[in-house]
Amino acid sequence: MQSAPWLSLSIWVPIVAGMIVLAAGDRNLREAKAIALFGAVVGFAVTVPLVTGFRTGTSAMQFVELAPWIPRFNVNYHLGVDGISVLFILLNSFITVLVVIAGWEVIKEKVAQYMSAFLVMSGLLNGTFAALDALLFYVFFEATLIPMYLVIGVWGGPNRVYAAVKFFLYTLLGSLLMLLAFIYLYNKSGGSFAVLDYHKLPLPLNAQILLFVAFLMAFAVKVPMWPVHTWLPDAHVEAPTGGSAVLAAILLKLGAYGFIRFSLPILPDASHYLSGFMITLSLIAIVYIGLVALAQTDMKKLIAYSSISHMGFVTLGFFIFNTYGMEGGLVQMISHGFVSAALFLCVGVMYDRMHSRAIADYGGVVNTMPRFAALMMLFAMANCGLPATSGFVGEFMVILGAMKFNFWIALLAATTLVFGAAYTLWMYKRVIFGEVGNEHVAGLSDANTRELLVLGLLAAAVLWMGVYPAPFTEIMHASVDDLLRHLAVSKL
Amino acid sequence: MLTNLPIMLPAYPEIFLLAAGCTILVIDLFLKEGARWVTYALSLAALAGCAGLTWLVTFMTQGQPAHTFNGMFVLDTMASVLKMFTYLAVALCLVYSRTYLADRGLHRGEYFVLVLFATLGMMVMISASHFLTLYLGLELMSLCLYSLVALNRDSALSTEAAMKYFVLGALASGLLLYGMSMIYGATGTLQINDVALATARILQGDPPAKAPVLAFGLVFIVSGLAFKVGVVPFHMWIPDVYHGAPSAVTLFISTGPKLAAFAMAMRLLVNALPSLAGNTPQFPSGWQDMLVILSVLSMAIGNLAAIAQTNIKRMLAYSTISHMGFMLLGLLSGIVGGNALSAAEAWSAAMFYAVVYVLMSLGAFGMVVLLSRSGFEAERLEDFKGLNARSPWFAFVMLLLMFSLAGIPPTVGFYAKLAVLQAVLGAGQVWLAVVAVLFALIGTFYYIRVVKLMYFDEPTETAAIRPGLDVGILISANGLAMLALGILPHPLMQLCLQAIKSF
Repeated sequence: MQSAPWLSLSIWVPIVAGMIVLAAGDRNLREAKAIALFGAVVGFAVTVPLVTGFRTGTSAMQFVELAPWIPRFNVNYHLGVDGISVLFILLNSFITVLVVIAGWEVIKEKVAQYMSAFLVMSGLLNGTFAALDALLFYVFFEATLIPMYLVIGVWGGPNRVYAAVKFFLYTLLGSLLMLLAFIYLYNKSGGSFAVLDYHKLPLPLNAQILLFVAFLMAFAVKVPMWPVHTWLPDAHVEAPTGGSAVLAAILLKLGAYGFIRFSLPILPDASHYLSGFMITLSLIAIVYIGLVALAQTDMKKLIAYSSISHMGFVTLGFFIFNTYGMEGGLVQMISHGFVSAALFLCVGVMYDRMHSRAIADYGGVVNTMPRFAALMMLFAMANCGLPATSGFVGEFMVILGAMKFNFWIALLAATTLVFGAAYTLWMYKRVIFGEVGNEHVAGLSDANTRELLVLGLLAAAVLWMGVYPAPFTEIMHASVDDLLRHLAVSKL
Repeated sequence: MLTNLPIMLPAYPEIFLLAAGCTILVIDLFLKEGARWVTYALSLAALAGCAGLTWLVTFMTQGQPAHTFNGMFVLDTMASVLKMFTYLAVALCLVYSRTYLADRGLHRGEYFVLVLFATLGMMVMISASHFLTLYLGLELMSLCLYSLVALNRDSALSTEAAMKYFVLGALASGLLLYGMSMIYGATGTLQINDVALATARILQGDPPAKAPVLAFGLVFIVSGLAFKVGVVPFHMWIPDVYHGAPSAVTLFISTGPKLAAFAMAMRLLVNALPSLAGNTPQFPSGWQDMLVILSVLSMAIGNLAAIAQTNIKRMLAYSTISHMGFMLLGLLSGIVGGNALSAAEAWSAAMFYAVVYVLMSLGAFGMVVLLSRSGFEAERLEDFKGLNARSPWFAFVMLLLMFSLAGIPPTVGFYAKLAVLQAVLGAGQVWLAVVAVLFALIGTFYYIRVVKLMYFDEPTETAAIRPGLDVGILISANGLAMLALGILPHPLMQLCLQAIKSF
């Protein structure tokens, strides 16, 4: 029934395109850019059949590709998607197209390397979401560090070296412990790296708890959860616009995806045992980081903290173990992918003109950039979770799930609606509304066609998901149900 | 019939290289200054001949261990594979160093002869199945290396390094010999397989009084070995020698001899003294525990000290120490409580690690040599600043090498670490694996700092980098091999596994 190896294509088309762009170099700039755009668009196009050909109603892996890779360790090139991962592949390939367009004129130095890094990263991220072999997953997971390290370090802001090194080492620490966990599971399961084998592997509680901690180190740093979130504001602030967008939209999702693919199904007992701890951490992220966001004076930093707070919602949804929470968390992840990318791109649009991210340097932007202001309004509203935007759906579902679980947790979680509205709208008010702040703002030109195209596409996605989220939840429904059934069965 | 003469077939490559080395020495005497390329070409041809002969002999012995010289010399698959990689490493060293040495007036006949004889020493070490053969090979190699370090005799730094190397090396050889003599005293033999049988008998209580002598001998052997491998606390010579020697010689020291040192460790510990591994009722504390201490200390001190270096040769020297420590982890995980069931996997992991390390080291020091010009040593870390602006391609090659050294996938360095960690966890040493990854994390810092210098910083000089075509192609292949072997690591892993299984 399968016509083409769509998953392999979605991984290798961007990587090969990236390599070609790198080889073309800055000497053939026009061609390099054209290839980059072409590669990104084709990379997105090959992911479309994944959704159109997707069979809802089953939790089995689809589009499976299996080939031996390292027989010495019984490692296979094993790809496949279920209702959870397929959406992220699509999201990632979509964001990559936007990032390439967004960097079209803005990036002036080493353009070919910039485009190439994003294309390669896109392929690697698709690989991470599609891998069904733990080692293959690990290889893709780690390999994404290399292009991101370069993106932050080469094209970032003034403090970029510190941010890049911090980003790299922080995330590497977590993932090395995850590697040990994988090797432990490999030895325990009699020599298999297949993730689906691990789902059936019985494990004693103390081993589960140790493995859970190892996975937590890897995924919590990526999500990032409080208190290992401190790399994120630095990385976001210093990264170029495209880097921030991919970081927020996709890389953070890797952590949450890891919980769903590894921690919860492989270690159900430890997940239940430690759920209180996880919920506490999530609530701290939601409430405390929400307050921290309120105090920021730098727009990018504010959005970065807002990301941490929103991702707290995701982990909260996962660890209350019901359908609403789980699906809400997933919807929130996708919605946040659109919204955070859009907000970072908005900041990028202003930064390209003003070369400042400080809120205090702006004011009254609406007077000079009305079309831009309207679009940003939509994204700001989505960030606060206004109904009819994508942000509402996920948050509402998680709060609903939390309500079933415990009233007080739901109450605390719901404060995010207040804080989120407070920090987002307050920032929006200070930047966009009011009198024209200074002569720099007075000289601003409205968003051009390229910028409007990028933001417009994102706006359409945000509205679609807000008004009619059923297609998204339909795809993931069977997989989420299966995961919850799996979680209910003890492996002791 | 020449019945008195042994069948020398397994030693043909060594005999050939000895003859070739002597011939090249004589030919070079009659060459004019401008005709040095003849020596160069002949040396490469000699290595190619060795490779051909090794392949032929391995083919004829069908991979079965073939002994000769009354069991003093053995050719098994491990020896063949290690020798092949040694030839490759030495040949690459010769190619990478040619311009560097010519610019400094060091491209003389004795360089080639010393390199070839050092290679012969490594080959003898790799094939030794007798303590004396091992020692002979070791000394032949070491003496050549001492003089190579002092090749630039007018440099105070080089001669000081050579002196240090010589004095400490002689001490280590003494320790090793002393240990061997004690083992000889206890077992009455120097032949490696016989030593293994005799030590096992002694530990079974036949006669029990000799067990303490074995323990003493073991301590000295491990100390001597640790010195030659270069692990803490016997590492003092490494940074000074790597720093003081001309970069081309550092390149040589950091590659081939590591393979020989790995072979020596295998022959001495695994072949000769497996019963002294420890963690058995008869011998509770043996070389496994010693190696644990050595490797943890090496990873700690190697990685921490490397961070503080400003000279890339010193940095890579400390990185060598940490890598050798990591390699020992694989070596010590083979035997679990006297049981060697999964030993082949663990030892092949260590061998894979050693081979991969040599490839990475070739590339990394090769880049140092490549960036140096006449009158300029590119040995400070700052010299790598802004390399991406000067030459995007070589910066990319160096990037691959650095990420491979750091063990970041998809480069091959990751699989080397993976194989060793799997062996360590398979042996049930969870805490050791955790310590290993924590220090690997610390180590990553200084490798990505090099990437930072190349990519994030502005160049301090703008001289274009134009290596010769041969060097350019080979070092690019060297760097890309990190990626290629990372995407398809299986053949090399399998080769190492085969080599260990039949040895």
